[in-house]
Amino acid sequence: MPETALDAAFFVRWMTEVAAVVDREARHLTDLDSAIGDADHGSNLQRGFTAVRTLLEKEPPATPGAALMAAGRTLISTVGGASGPLYGTLLRRTGKTLGDAERVDLEQLRDGLRAGVDAVGQLGGSAPGDKTMLDALDPAVTALADGFASAAEAAGQGARATVPLQARKGRASYLGERSIGHEDPGAASSALLFAALAEVAR
Amino acid sequence: MTGRAAVAGTVGIVLVSHSGPVAESVAALATGLAGAGAGAPVAPAGGTPDGGLGTSAELIAEAARSVDGGAGVALLVDLGSAVLTVKAMLAEGDELPEGARLVDAPFLEGAVAAVVTASTGADLVAVSAAAGEAYGYRKE
Repeated sequence: MPETALDAAFFVRWMTEVAAVVDREARHLTDLDSAIGDADHGSNLQRGFTAVRTLLEKEPPATPGAALMAAGRTLISTVGGASGPLYGTLLRRTGKTLGDAERVDLEQLRDGLRAGVDAVGQLGGSAPGDKTMLDALDPAVTALADGFASAAEAAGQGARATVPLQARKGRASYLGERSIGHEDPGAASSALLFAALAEVAR
Repeated sequence: MTGRAAVAGTVGIVLVSHSGPVAESVAALATGLAGAGAGAPVAPAGGTPDGGLGTSAELIAEAARSVDGGAGVALLVDLGSAVLTVKAMLAEGDELPEGARLVDAPFLEGAVAAVVTASTGADLVAVSAAAGEAYGYRKE
C-alpha cells in the first residue's frame, strides 16, 4: 500500500484491526484502569470498537472521512464511559477534516489527526503531561511525519512515559500522588490505536 | 421513565447522571421542591441502557427530545463521561434538539434552581443563570 493512496477500505481495515487489538488487550486495559480508575476501560472500548467493526462491515463507507465519522459517532453512542466521547471526538473531527476526499495521503491524515487531537484536548480541557490519552496521541501525530511505524513507536513511548506522572484529569486525579507509578489506561489504548494503524499500513 | 413531557414555550430540563436512580431521584426531588404548580418538563437520563453505571448518548438524546417544547433544553450533568458525552454531542453531532445547552452548575442544587426557574416561564438564558448561581450557595 503506497502511502499516497489511503482509501476508505484502508480506514475500515484500521478500525477492524483496532477492534481486534482491543479484544486481545481488553483485560490489560481494564487492569490498568482498576489501579487508578473505575476498571471499565477495556470492556468499554471493546463494546465500542466491536460496534464500529459491525457497522463498517454492514455499511461500507465511501470515503476515509465517512469511515472515521461513522466510527466516531458509534463510539460516542456505545462506549458509556469518558473514552467514548474522547475517542469519538478524535475520530469524528479527524474524519471531518479529511472531508470528501476518496483517498488521502500521509500528510492529509496527519493534518486530520492533528485537528482531532486538538479537539480531544479542548473537550477534556487537558494538555500533554496531564497523564491522559494526549500523552500518547500528541507525540504519535508529530512522529507520523516519519511514517506509521514511527508514530506507533512514539505512541508507545508516550504511554509508558505516563507512569511517573501525577494525574490531573478525570477520576484518577482524585488520587493525587497515588496516581503516580501507574500507566494511564487512556494513553495505553491510544498507543494501541497507532499500533493498529502501523499494522495495517505494513 | 419518570419526568414530564414537553410543554410548548417552556424550557425543558434533562438530568444526566452516571446512575439511573440518581438521575430519577434528582428529577423527582427538583419537581417536588418546585411545587405543585411547577410546569417545567424534566427528564432523567442516567446510567447505561442496560441499567449499569455510565453515560448513554441515546438516553440523553431521547430525554432531550421528550422535553423539547421549542424554548430550548437545559442539560445538567454530574461528572466525567456525563460532561464529556454532552459536550461531544453538542460540538459535532445532530442528536440533540436545536437550542439544547450544557449548563455549568452543581447537579442537584442546579437542577432544583433550573426546574423552579423554568416553571416560571423564564427563558433558557435565565434558567441556565439560575442553575449556575447554585455554585454560590454556601453551606458553612
